[in-house]
Amino acid sequence: MRLRETPTQTIGPFFAIMLDWPDGCYAVPEGTEGAIWLRGTLYDGAGAPIPDGLLEIWQAGADPRFARCRTDPDGGYRFLTTRPVALPGPTGDQAPHIQLSVFARGLIDRVVTRAYLADDGPFDDDAILSTVDPRVRGTLVAQPDGPDAYKFDIHLQGADETVFFDV
Amino acid sequence: MTKLRIPYGPPDRLAHPPLDWPAYKSTALRAPKRPLVALPHFLGEVTGPVLGEDRLGPLDHDLTRQHADEPQGQRIIVHGRVLDGTGRPLPNTLVEVWQANAAGRYRHQGDQHPAPLDPNFSGAGRVLTGADGSYRFITIRPGAYPWGNHDNAWRPAHIHFSLFGTAFVQRLVTQMYFPGDPLFAHDPIFNSVRDEKARNRMISSFDLDETVPEWALAYQFDIILRGPESTPFEDEQ
Repeated sequence: MRLRETPTQTIGPFFAIMLDWPDGCYAVPEGTEGAIWLRGTLYDGAGAPIPDGLLEIWQAGADPRFARCRTDPDGGYRFLTTRPVALPGPTGDQAPHIQLSVFARGLIDRVVTRAYLADDGPFDDDAILSTVDPRVRGTLVAQPDGPDAYKFDIHLQGADETVFFDV
Repeated sequence: MTKLRIPYGPPDRLAHPPLDWPAYKSTALRAPKRPLVALPHFLGEVTGPVLGEDRLGPLDHDLTRQHADEPQGQRIIVHGRVLDGTGRPLPNTLVEVWQANAAGRYRHQGDQHPAPLDPNFSGAGRVLTGADGSYRFITIRPGAYPWGNHDNAWRPAHIHFSLFGTAFVQRLVTQMYFPGDPLFAHDPIFNSVRDEKARNRMISSFDLDETVPEWALAYQFDIILRGPESTPFEDEQ
């Protein structure tokens, strides 16, 4: 027997009164050795930046990382974290990745995506990425953006729509 | 670590609303259009962040005592249990809530509803569940408020809930409603949940047993997160 789940509802426009944590964007403190920035912009289907979104990152493993960051008035976000590590997968290890949840007004449920760091590639043999249409696989790859930083824009819709996962 | 392979069943598709829901206009440019890609469950999906006591302030559970004086409005107790789909309680998991004040106004610069702010109400609370998965907040009953979705649109009174459970796949953000609200029939967010039984699981129940005489009404709201088994749902049998 299984109990039926409580349905999801949108996070709405006013979540920041609770969910905007003081240490929000920092999965690790500044100055942490080997830390990287993951940063980018959240866009809607018209290509407009989304100023009222909330992102969470999750990196499982022996030394797990979690942080949450709301987007700024220009739709921008940034996380300070450590490089992701490889985790077990269906056929050996999965390529290292940072798992992200995106919440916003207009999203009735969160959507989930992954950022793979370009210099960890190529990912041709990865058990998860190989299931993603090669024409859109690039939306999951964060590109180097200055020292110890990677750029990962997220498009909820449109020609550049990011790949989202059904978890 | 490979023993952590796929312990979670598929999501309760009948419970959860679709991303694309035209009656809720903000979905038009924000709901992804491409099909989601199936993700098998491994360590990253079946574990989640551990957020503990260090996240809690001493009065985070009592939204009526966070300022010099008591807020306006009707004091209420909101309590319940956080369970997974097998009925197992989820202890020590973070529950965060936020809400409008009694007049239907959020303490947020984006809220332009011409109703008064309450200097004694922030509208934000946070607790960890107990060993039996239980939680309890003291707050005031939030007001309904207008929004721009359509002509004469009003949201039913609600309290936002954010929960983590113990696994990434259990993460849930939802809204708790109050029984008998006349606005239910007119609210596209509430009705994005297409199944009536599922909608009813978002409505708290009045609880006379937990109501404190001469002090505060109580409402019970149990929250069911995804379960770690793929047995059939109860009402499908």
